[in-house]
Amino acid sequence: MAATADWNGVIARRRDEIIQGWLNFLRAEGALQTGRIKDAELQSECGRVLALVAPDLAHAGDRSPASDELSQTLSALSRSRALQGFTPSETANFVLGLKPALFGAVAAEYAGQGDLIAAATLDATRKLDRLALITIEAYQRSREEVIIRQQREISELSTPVVKLWDGILALPLIGTLDSERTQVVMENLLQSIVDTSAEIAIIDITGVPTVDTLVAQHLLKTVAAARLMGADCVVSGIRPQIAQTMVHLGVELNVVSKASLADALALALQRIGKRVTDVPQALAAPDYSR
Amino acid sequence: MDRIPILKMGDALLITIQVDMHDRLALALEEDLTAKIAATRAKGVLIDISSLEIVDSFIGRMLDNIAAVSRMLDADTVVVGMRPAVAITLVELGLSLTGVKTALNVERGMLLIQKRLRGLGDFSGRRS
Amino acid sequence: MAVVRDDVMPVRSSDDIVRVRQEVRARAIEIGLSLVDQTKIVTAASELARNTLDYGGGGTARLEIVHEGMRRGLRLTFEDEGPGIPDIALALKDGWTSGKGLGLGLSGARRLSNEFTLDSRPGEGTRVTIVRWS
Repeated sequence: MAATADWNGVIARRRDEIIQGWLNFLRAEGALQTGRIKDAELQSECGRVLALVAPDLAHAGDRSPASDELSQTLSALSRSRALQGFTPSETANFVLGLKPALFGAVAAEYAGQGDLIAAATLDATRKLDRLALITIEAYQRSREEVIIRQQREISELSTPVVKLWDGILALPLIGTLDSERTQVVMENLLQSIVDTSAEIAIIDITGVPTVDTLVAQHLLKTVAAARLMGADCVVSGIRPQIAQTMVHLGVELNVVSKASLADALALALQRIGKRVTDVPQALAAPDYSR
Repeated sequence: MDRIPILKMGDALLITIQVDMHDRLALALEEDLTAKIAATRAKGVLIDISSLEIVDSFIGRMLDNIAAVSRMLDADTVVVGMRPAVAITLVELGLSLTGVKTALNVERGMLLIQKRLRGLGDFSGRRS
Repeated sequence: MAVVRDDVMPVRSSDDIVRVRQEVRARAIEIGLSLVDQTKIVTAASELARNTLDYGGGGTARLEIVHEGMRRGLRLTFEDEGPGIPDIALALKDGWTSGKGLGLGLSGARRLSNEFTLDSRPGEGTRVTIVRWS
């Protein structure tokens, strides 16, 4: 069997030198520039990871007994990097930055044994690349978690159901409607209909930038569900361009629709037997501004 | 076998479905109701489903059938109290019960029937 | 995908359909499905159980709680040894029925689930599997 590098030995003997090399690389890459992380913090992270990398490198196979702890540590590290606002490259560079320092140490340790250095370098490259991928994946995952949480928050925030009159509700929709958000919107509206015993719900889409086939379908489903519960829906605020696009796309929206929220409210009041009229000047409320 | 009770309230019949019906019970209700409409010459039928946790295509068809039969016997059917989750599911299932009139609760349903009896507003014109 | 819990129930009478609905509801609550999602899966189960009874001449319903990564799901399998479905594409169309139903059972159950698979051989039987994820 060919001689292999004694990684545990190399790292134990040249630990300070490797960490210094690693830190220099990271500093040169600008890891500290933004001030999001301190030098001492970086130094302790390097030390902690190096201690776990050593047994992993020394292990002949792909997964050493230290692999799990190592990937957990790196994942936790990337998660905090993601939350602190580091870029994916900066996050991956943390692990990759260990390479030059390690290679330097091996070259110094085994000077003159070219084959051994080449084999060790190749092996370390493979393992460190895999670790870099782990950090990227963890980074990506935590970004996705953030996005999902924000989506949920946005959809909750952006779907208020307001009562305009006894028996009349309005749902002013703002922003793009996707399937998930529409489901939340739909459930909110229908529950509010029950809670307030509303007879008519006005869905105002003035703030919706585009209405495609899918959105139209969602709207129709909401209207159909409200009807099943015994309430009518009126759609208001379809902008001219949207109306035109919908006709061109062949999207049919077979619902009662009104140009503005005001028109829809007038219709709703009429349906529940109310009317808005002008008050004669003499009976009008006094002008308090004087 | 169990039967679902049918109450007479003035010119209307009131059915409150409170149990998770098995299919035979639903069929029995359809039959009983038809006989009762004919016997009482009721002008309206109120079906309160506010206790139902699901309406599948079988129950949906029962509601549609009841509405169609009572229409022929000159009575209007109003289904009242459908829960939001049930309504969403029914629409997703592909059933819109277009032949059935709906109201939020028994009180509103009763108003609908009375309006029609007094000739106020075209009852059937309320829903397209 | 790991199966955490696994029960098999008979589907031989219309009372069995009611029992399947109740069990599915209990499992749906157990894995934390929202009220709307509970209603959807229970309704889908009701449709499929009735198909098993009416067209398959009776069979079984299998209720499984499954885990995959972070999410939990309810997997339902309805199996019969009935005449099978000769034309699956046709059977999945809205409004098509070989019996006297509304023809919404299969297509509706598919729309109410996150995953849907249909296996059928004429003369051997039919197996429908649906999954709803939390």
